[in-house]
Amino acid sequence: MSVDKYERIWMFGAGGLIVVFLVIISITAATQAVRPPSHIEVVNPATIAEHPEFGDPQLRVEADGRIVIPVLAQMFGFFPDPLEVPVNTPITFRITSADVVHGFQVVGTNANAMAVPGYVSQFTYTFKKAGTYDIACNEYCGLMHHAMVGKITVTEAPGGQR
Amino acid sequence: MSGTGAVIGGTPQARLAATHIAVAVTAFAVAACMGVLQGLSIADFEFPMRSEQLYYISVTAHGVLMALVFTTFFIMGLGYALTQAQLGRLVGLKTAWLGFWVALGGTVTAAYTILTGQSTVLYTFYPPMQAHPAFYIGATLLVVGSWLWGGVVIASYRSWKKDYPDTPVPMATHGILATIIVWYLATAGVAMEMLLQLIPWSLGWVETIDPIIARTLFWWFGHPLVYFWLMPAYVLWYTVMPRIAGGRLFSDKLARMVFILFVILSTPVGFHHQFTDPGISAGWKFAHTITTFAILFPSFVTAFTVIASLEVAGRLKGAKGLFDWIGTLPWKDPFFLAMALAMLSFAFGGFGGAINAAYGMNSMVHNTAWIMGHFHVTLGTTSALTFMGATYWLMPRLLGRQLALPGLARLQPWLWFIGMGIFSTSFHIAGLRGLPRRVYSASLAGEQGGAWADLAQAGAIGGIVLFLSALCFVAVVLGTWLGGKRIEAPAFEFAVPLEPVTEKGLWDRLGFWTIVGIVLVILAYAYPLITLWMTPRFGSPPFQPF
Ligand SMILES: [Cu+2]
Ligand SMILES: [Cu+2]
Repeated sequence: MSVDKYERIWMFGAGGLIVVFLVIISITAATQAVRPPSHIEVVNPATIAEHPEFGDPQLRVEADGRIVIPVLAQMFGFFPDPLEVPVNTPITFRITSADVVHGFQVVGTNANAMAVPGYVSQFTYTFKKAGTYDIACNEYCGLMHHAMVGKITVTEAPGGQR
Repeated sequence: MSGTGAVIGGTPQARLAATHIAVAVTAFAVAACMGVLQGLSIADFEFPMRSEQLYYISVTAHGVLMALVFTTFFIMGLGYALTQAQLGRLVGLKTAWLGFWVALGGTVTAAYTILTGQSTVLYTFYPPMQAHPAFYIGATLLVVGSWLWGGVVIASYRSWKKDYPDTPVPMATHGILATIIVWYLATAGVAMEMLLQLIPWSLGWVETIDPIIARTLFWWFGHPLVYFWLMPAYVLWYTVMPRIAGGRLFSDKLARMVFILFVILSTPVGFHHQFTDPGISAGWKFAHTITTFAILFPSFVTAFTVIASLEVAGRLKGAKGLFDWIGTLPWKDPFFLAMALAMLSFAFGGFGGAINAAYGMNSMVHNTAWIMGHFHVTLGTTSALTFMGATYWLMPRLLGRQLALPGLARLQPWLWFIGMGIFSTSFHIAGLRGLPRRVYSASLAGEQGGAWADLAQAGAIGGIVLFLSALCFVAVVLGTWLGGKRIEAPAFEFAVPLEPVTEKGLWDRLGFWTIVGIVLVILAYAYPLITLWMTPRFGSPPFQPF
């Protein structure tokens, strides 16, 4: 038996559309770094309180001028909190959890990663607009999950110049 | 074709199928009550007994009962009914009942620990949040029961094949067998998570657990779970819906191809749920993205074939114009109406799915209310509304009773469609604006929510309409079951293909495709899991913050 002509056209169209989607995703991933945070680094959650970076997490400026923020998610808050960063400056977030899985989502942006105990999530994000943003935990982490909110203020400081 | 047009009402096989449907509807009814309360809570409507604890218990119960219990029991019942109707046999009726009791026992055990507040871990149960051991054991038993169901259907197929060695298996059974293969491939992942990680850890035999390995095994199961819900809906759209409409199945061969594509593609895709997880390399996330987009293809084909089959129905009734055939369809038939509205919802749901799988959009919507909106149009409408409609079709055929309260049965799909339209649209938009999913209150810590408070309220109104629809559904089921007029059970009749497949072809080689499916799962998961396993890592101790 044969496949109906219109159905064949439809199938080629659908197949073509899928290929186009994949090509766009590949090109933006390769050229504009539109790809998921996929950092692989482990950390011991049992001794996180003594950890040099996450024990007392603080915003730091690396020798090359990059801004790095280690974030510890812990029932039911983010540390450090509140944060202040300059606009138009790439900020590298390094996120882990002291207990259960949390989420780290800067509301209104696509800065979004999981905070998983034992692992470090890392991604770089540049705020294009000054203002105050909420950081919401978007993974259920216990009875006060909804109230786990941090703040990040993006200032008009001349951060772009470093 | 053998078995087409069989009457099975009143037989022990029909009783088996009907008992499964009864459990499914019970789970649905309990879960629907919890759903409406959650909608009100998110929107900050006060009601007596509203509390964080009750909210998160009810999210857990709603998820487990809807996504795992309602669906699994319904699909088991449907699978038995279709197999008996098309193949004229169920081999291993005792095993089937054993499977039923194992699954029910597991469900009741898990549900008890949830409702008593000992397992408020949501239906994704991500460690290191830890539930009561009986929750994990109960959920595992539910799966074991469903494995026995799969075994009975496969044994029935093998016995039938001996009698009809050269006949291609009838279409509906082909789809159910493909569903069972997907289910075995999928549940292998969650079984490993349960047996190697969660159960020993919850019993205290091991102290720590690796959350990323657990999440990976969970999503090995979690995505094909979606196809486990969807494929039986497709079976009904392909084989029953055109029949009710008076049409023909437009393409038998392509329908078979669609089910086989699901067998091979539905499992090696799970990392699209873990795009924002650490510990998994970008390359493997990309590999799963390719398969994720590939699996859109069979759904595109389904859209064409099913709609073309319905057009045939309209043409046979004399429709001549481009669109007037739509008006000739049996919109007054509750079964047809439910299916048609479910399909329409899937058009939106499918586009949403493609958006979720694209990297940039995924980071925008990951774990926001968008996701909740998304799976309520897909699982919550495409599958659930199809299953509700199918219940209207099955009950007279299994119980020998006429559908009671037909007016309510005709109203119910509309209410569901409208309620879900309001609910899902509101939460899609709220999610884009940043409302996280699974929150007790849309105002979060108290001062947030300006951007989405009104949307959460609209969502709650949608939830109330959905609840009314659920009440109608339960009323029709109870009315039919207990008081429906006794009739001669109608026959199970299936759509006749325009061009029936008369010889076994490539798409009928189920054993071969199962092997292809297994190979793809191994390719997709073996390397990332083994690398994770070999990396020195730190486990997590348990937490019970509920
Ligand atoms: Cu949290
Ligand atoms: Cu998925």
